[in-house]
Amino acid sequence: MNYGIVSQEQLEQIDTILSSKLIKLGVDCVIIIDMAGNIITAKDNGESKYDVYSFAALAAGNFATVDAMAKLVGEAEFSLLFHKGKESNIHFSKIDDELLLISMFGKEISLGFLRLNVVEAIEQIRKVWEGNNV
Amino acid sequence: MSFINLKDKVVQVKIVYYGPGRCGKTTNLEYVNRKFRNQIQSEMVSLKTHGDRTLFFDFLPFDMGQIKGYDIKIQLYTVPGQVKYNATRKLVLKGVDGVVFVADAMEKQREKNIRSLNQLHENLQAYKESIFKIPLVIQYNKIDLKDHGVPVLPTAVLRKDLNSRLRVPDFEASAITGYNVAATLKKIISLTVVSIQKKLL
Repeated sequence: MNYGIVSQEQLEQIDTILSSKLIKLGVDCVIIIDMAGNIITAKDNGESKYDVYSFAALAAGNFATVDAMAKLVGEAEFSLLFHKGKESNIHFSKIDDELLLISMFGKEISLGFLRLNVVEAIEQIRKVWEGNNV
Repeated sequence: MSFINLKDKVVQVKIVYYGPGRCGKTTNLEYVNRKFRNQIQSEMVSLKTHGDRTLFFDFLPFDMGQIKGYDIKIQLYTVPGQVKYNATRKLVLKGVDGVVFVADAMEKQREKNIRSLNQLHENLQAYKESIFKIPLVIQYNKIDLKDHGVPVLPTAVLRKDLNSRLRVPDFEASAITGYNVAATLKKIISLTVVSIQKKLL
């Protein structure tokens, strides 16, 4: 699979999806990374100042660890990975075998509402992505 | 695999420092972090045990400037060196573009170096990469110890043990004093960037 290069057009389409589906909703920051820890794209609400590169490296490691633990207990994968804090939360969702969507959001958004929107965003991103690989 | 963002014109390159436990991988990164502070925007991330041993990895991103209008972002990782952590070592190697193998020049570490290099070979195979093809630099670290009366293997012996078949660029170094740390890094960056360019053409 050639996921190493994405066209400008595709990135713009993905950015639009992230903005309309998640940032608009009130999510602070959304990052798409690959499992090696590279950032594909990052979008924020203009206020958050996260160090997204370190974040991506740690998130890829975190997800890979959880995936390995799933295999140890005989699960194909744990589909929900969510960290809850007092003020901010992090939600991880797999787009495909190589890509991960990470949303950072505050306490004003409910997890269920976020998940619904993440699922829709992922469906749309997959379509853009598949266009890349045919 | 490096990731190339055509929109923002950014290339992300992943370089992993690999080697047996306590050979000086983290020390290499710490030196780079101090020496090139003005090029590094973020903090070095270290996931370590209470005993200061690397548990998962260290991570240090920095900007190398531009090549043909593209910003090159180098991301340095180390693996945990302890034998029991091979599963995590494998995870860190995912998507690697270039490897620095840090060998411990102390005489008593001879066998551990060879074992670790063999395991690197196996771990790369799991990702369908070959140790003979991937950009690789070998560093014989702790060379300064011979001045302190610690038995250190001659470089010729280390070279014969580790680099007789690979024939990759190698350096004597001392991560603690910084001797040849930058030279090792420069070499692996240039090998890796050239290899990425070749893949793209």
